[in-house]
Amino acid sequence: MTTIPSEPVETGKASLLYDPKIRGYFYQFAVLGIVAFLFYSAASNAIENLRAQNIASGLGFWNNAAGFDVNQKLIPFSASGSTYGQAFYVGLLNTLLVASIGIVLSTFLGFFVGVSRLSSNWVLSKLAMIYVEVIRNLPLLLQLFFWYNAVLKPLPNPRQSIDLPGGALLNNRGLYIPDPQLGPGGSLIIWAFVLGLVATIAFRFWARKQQAATGRQYPVGWVALGLILVLPFFVYLVTGRPVSFIYPELAGFNLRGGIQIFPEFVALLLGLTTYTAGFIAEVVRAGILAVSKGQTEAANALGLRAGPTLKLVVIPQAMRVIIPPLTSNYLNLTKNSSLAVAIGYPDLVQVFTGTVLNQTGQAVEVVAITMAVYLTISLVTSFFMNIYNKRMALVER
Amino acid sequence: MNTIFGAALAATAAIVCAGGAQAQTGGLLAQIKSKGVLTCGVGPGLAGFGIPDAQGNWTGLDVDLCKAISAAIFNDPNKVKYIPLSSKDRFTALQSGEVDLLSRNTTWTMSRDTSLGLNFAGVNYYDGQGFMVNKKLNITSALKLGGASVCTQQGTTTELNLADFFRANNMKYEVVAFASSDETIKAYESGRCDAFTTDASGLYAERLKLANAADHIVLPEIISKEPLGPVVRHGDDNWLDVVKWTHNAMLNAEELGVTKANVDSMLKSDNPEIKRLVGTEGKFGEAIGLTNDWAYRIIKHVGNYGESFEKNVGAGSLLKIARGQNALWTKGGLQYAPPIR
Repeated sequence: MTTIPSEPVETGKASLLYDPKIRGYFYQFAVLGIVAFLFYSAASNAIENLRAQNIASGLGFWNNAAGFDVNQKLIPFSASGSTYGQAFYVGLLNTLLVASIGIVLSTFLGFFVGVSRLSSNWVLSKLAMIYVEVIRNLPLLLQLFFWYNAVLKPLPNPRQSIDLPGGALLNNRGLYIPDPQLGPGGSLIIWAFVLGLVATIAFRFWARKQQAATGRQYPVGWVALGLILVLPFFVYLVTGRPVSFIYPELAGFNLRGGIQIFPEFVALLLGLTTYTAGFIAEVVRAGILAVSKGQTEAANALGLRAGPTLKLVVIPQAMRVIIPPLTSNYLNLTKNSSLAVAIGYPDLVQVFTGTVLNQTGQAVEVVAITMAVYLTISLVTSFFMNIYNKRMALVER
Repeated sequence: MNTIFGAALAATAAIVCAGGAQAQTGGLLAQIKSKGVLTCGVGPGLAGFGIPDAQGNWTGLDVDLCKAISAAIFNDPNKVKYIPLSSKDRFTALQSGEVDLLSRNTTWTMSRDTSLGLNFAGVNYYDGQGFMVNKKLNITSALKLGGASVCTQQGTTTELNLADFFRANNMKYEVVAFASSDETIKAYESGRCDAFTTDASGLYAERLKLANAADHIVLPEIISKEPLGPVVRHGDDNWLDVVKWTHNAMLNAEELGVTKANVDSMLKSDNPEIKRLVGTEGKFGEAIGLTNDWAYRIIKHVGNYGESFEKNVGAGSLLKIARGQNALWTKGGLQYAPPIR
């Protein structure tokens, strides 16, 4: 608000009443008060009603013994010793696992399809179009049922498992891959891998600086390959091959040993990835089309081929348009992962809002916690995507 | 996600907003009378217990209890609105007041009776958990299931009993839990699991859904006690009495030999127990807020417990389940009702 100093300002009650700023504050506080009161009365009403109906409330159930089992667990969990709280973490980690892998895979697939749709290759661009139109226009739940059946139905039972190269086995209970066991000195291989990774990042940074300063290019790709793959392999040979594998083998009904990848997980991952990739493809296409054609022509005039033009000129500019809608697709994928409940994948909703809610009967607490978790995951994702967006945004001089 | 969150949210909203819906007027019975309809939470489709027939009419042992209560209140067994509820959603629906009672094979356990704000009104089917496997596996005992994958429906006592059974017998297993029974049986049929587990009555009912029902056998072991019965909300004793005594009246009618066919002639009976049952003596109906011919109405419209059993799950049905534990106490079973006097 600006005041004109030449006019004499009357100070007093009347002027405060007509001051738009003061009025604005008053109304905002009034609305805030009403909202706070609504929340307070809803909460106290709920507590009172729960007490009146003799329904247990509070978070006391968190440390009670769970008494049920979950098949896919990233942390130790068993019916005999684990609590509802641990069941929550089992579900949460399963949600994060499928969401994070799904986000990475759908980004790659989405970029590939989005770029393909703009390809001058007629077959490729039409295939990409069909993919996008089919995937985007079918309900996700239906697609999940499709993938679950598509994964389960053609696979044999454990007694007739399909042998895959490298000792892996495939049947309708999942994919079993050999479980690597590190012998003495085995941890050196992991350290070599980490070292290679760090060295690669450092080299890439150095190479970029060199290129900016002198214009010389360095073979970053080959160096990365050498550092990340060849170095650990070399250490593996030098330390006397300290890795042994536990191979899956038939024992009774099922296979024993090895790492089991569950069909529910695969079906959910396939469903989420292909579905979200359809949307990402359109976002990418829109982003690329938003870059003016003159940019490509200018790059061509400088002598850049199609690949480098896309990579160095078009995509970096397209990213400014792509990132915000890409973020909401990531959020959608995470939230859609709760459809896991339909195909028996033990995600947060299935384990916590399903079994735990039913065994404890504490719907209000369990649903509130679940909502808070999804909200947190979404906000954290947006936070990091916003940082990325700021870095990619147009820098105006 | 939508259905589960939806139901849970609806329940939350109801608990948050419905500022003491029960406390406002007399009792649930008075409300049901003034609404003119009984809202009954039933199973979403379990043959013999609660399932719509080809014409869309609900039938089953649990459904008959809803009909009996409707008959006792309205002298008409069809003033019932059926709400199909999955295992996961049933208690929330009852707690929030969406249904007046739950009559859908629900196991009576201490924690449900105490911490959920609910009351069990009796046991209308004594059941126990069992396993179904494909004959091809050549298994004759559940104790040979070590290492097996087992499909089950989540949000049930089944899930807990399963864990207990394998833990107690020191066997490993893999559980695959689904939200609805249809998905569970489909996954079992597609070979995802070696065994399917639920209450024994449910095994027979679900087996009817399989393409080759004859290829599957129910193993002899019963691994748990599953007393199934109707459930009402805590805090309305009169309504609890109505539900409890409707079930008891059906049992007493069977014990006294009063059937749907002969109930009219029984009105002239001199047997004092029958006179009290059909309401020609005493004012027992009025004591629970009904008319004195309440039990007569139940038997006239629905029949006694034995008739309902045989028609829905026994010899007169596809399930052909023997009375077993559900026979009257006079015939070696567990069904025993306190007397009407």
